[in-house]
Amino acid sequence: MSQLLAVNHLSKSFGAVVVANDLSFSVTEGEAVGILGPNGAGKTSLFNLLTGALRADNGTIEFCGKDITHTPAALRCKNGIARSFQIPKPFVGMTVFENCLVAATQAAGLRGARARQHAIEVLNDTGLIDKANHHAGKLTLLDRKRLEMARALSTRPSLLLLDEIAGGLTEAECQTLISSIKKIQSAGTTIIWIEHVVHALLAVVERLIVLDFGKKIAEGDPQTTMAQDAVKAVYLGVE
Amino acid sequence: MTEWLNAIVQGVLLGGLYALFAAGLSLIFGVMRLVNIAHGDLIVLAAYMALTTVMVMGVHPLLALLVVIPLMSIVGYILQRLLLNQTLGNDILPPLLVTFGLSVILQNMLLEAYTADPQKLNGGAIETASVSAGNLSIGILPLLTFVIAVLVIVCLQWIFYNTALGRQFRAVSDNQDIAQLMGLNKGHVFGLALALSLAVCGIAGVLLGMRTSFDPSIGSGRLIFAFEAVIIGGLGSLWGTLAGGIVLGVAQTVGGKINPGWQLLAGHIVFLLVLAVRPRGFFPRVEH
Repeated sequence: MSQLLAVNHLSKSFGAVVVANDLSFSVTEGEAVGILGPNGAGKTSLFNLLTGALRADNGTIEFCGKDITHTPAALRCKNGIARSFQIPKPFVGMTVFENCLVAATQAAGLRGARARQHAIEVLNDTGLIDKANHHAGKLTLLDRKRLEMARALSTRPSLLLLDEIAGGLTEAECQTLISSIKKIQSAGTTIIWIEHVVHALLAVVERLIVLDFGKKIAEGDPQTTMAQDAVKAVYLGVE
Repeated sequence: MTEWLNAIVQGVLLGGLYALFAAGLSLIFGVMRLVNIAHGDLIVLAAYMALTTVMVMGVHPLLALLVVIPLMSIVGYILQRLLLNQTLGNDILPPLLVTFGLSVILQNMLLEAYTADPQKLNGGAIETASVSAGNLSIGILPLLTFVIAVLVIVCLQWIFYNTALGRQFRAVSDNQDIAQLMGLNKGHVFGLALALSLAVCGIAGVLLGMRTSFDPSIGSGRLIFAFEAVIIGGLGSLWGTLAGGIVLGVAQTVGGKINPGWQLLAGHIVFLLVLAVRPRGFFPRVEH
């Protein structure tokens, strides 16, 4: 498998607050990588840097072998990077179907019937098809989270960034989520997943990266990484 | 009695023209929260564009629309990409100031090019033709204007809710940052929005120029009518702009009937009353 994403010495700070501190890692095609870290460790900022919502102070981001450090957000999405938001941000003035249709048309470049077909497939897969014509602003939290995933998938991403998508779900809902994420991965999509619900994360990912104050403090196989003292100290608060 | 009824009918038809003034203004406010102070002057620019087309090509003003609409759209797209996009941000002041400056520049450019002499687009027989309905005599041109206004609004409504372009407009209107992350180039989408807005200005300018005489200074007056129609109808609602235009038009003609000097005053008073009683207008957009 070839390398899909390479982050090299990425740095970003807002005044004294460092959200990325000389961060380097890479992700191979088809892999599922989990990112852990306490609040304020720079996890969401990392996604913002990867999608182009934030510009890096230093370092580079390579995607599919191309340097995308200075590529605008819209183009990165068209090239195959999509994300979901921790706090769902659907287009509230549109229906669920239209939310996905915008993504399918603009990002995946599908037209007419093919775009509609793709949006319907994604809604089927994410269990939202019954609510396709509901206004996105009137959905429950669970459905908003599903829509986050559905809209990201509608862009036909090769790299899917999931931001705390399991938070607030019941155990049963969480299991459904885990199996649908596994399905997405087995269909060939590479996944980077930020999650506080550790057991959900560990059920899916093959590798863990642990961040603290924007710095990578551990990386590797999930079980061994979780067992490291440094990880326990910052993340679980165990000395 | 007939006279009053006549005043109301004329007012409704005049409302069609005001709705055309207002639709473009409402559209770009809806998509990018841009208040375009130069809107009235762009309508006047379109009237002059039509005048030049008529003089050069010797065609009827309505045929000049075939030149004016594409030209105005191009002007709109370029204006947005090169100038107005740079002013948009969290602060609403820069776009207000820049479009105000644009208004001054447009007026002076038109003054240089065409002088201050009043001009008119000569529509020929259509200007005086009328149809009778009972005791009422309805002018063909006002009727045509009204029908075009309704068609334009039906068209815009269709574009907004049934096309990929409309979904792009609604997506950036909803959340610009997320729209970018969904692959939308907001600069381009905004450009298309102003292009569409100025296409409507093109239609409004030609119909205005056939209805009354115009000179480079009348833009700000049209801007006020457009604002009033938008506010009366409710921000962001396209059918609301038609309703707003009609309310304003009827207020003006009925006011003018009571006393010829009260025409504009009556319109402004009704606008203020609506603002006092229903500050969000008659048909505010239900979302949000």
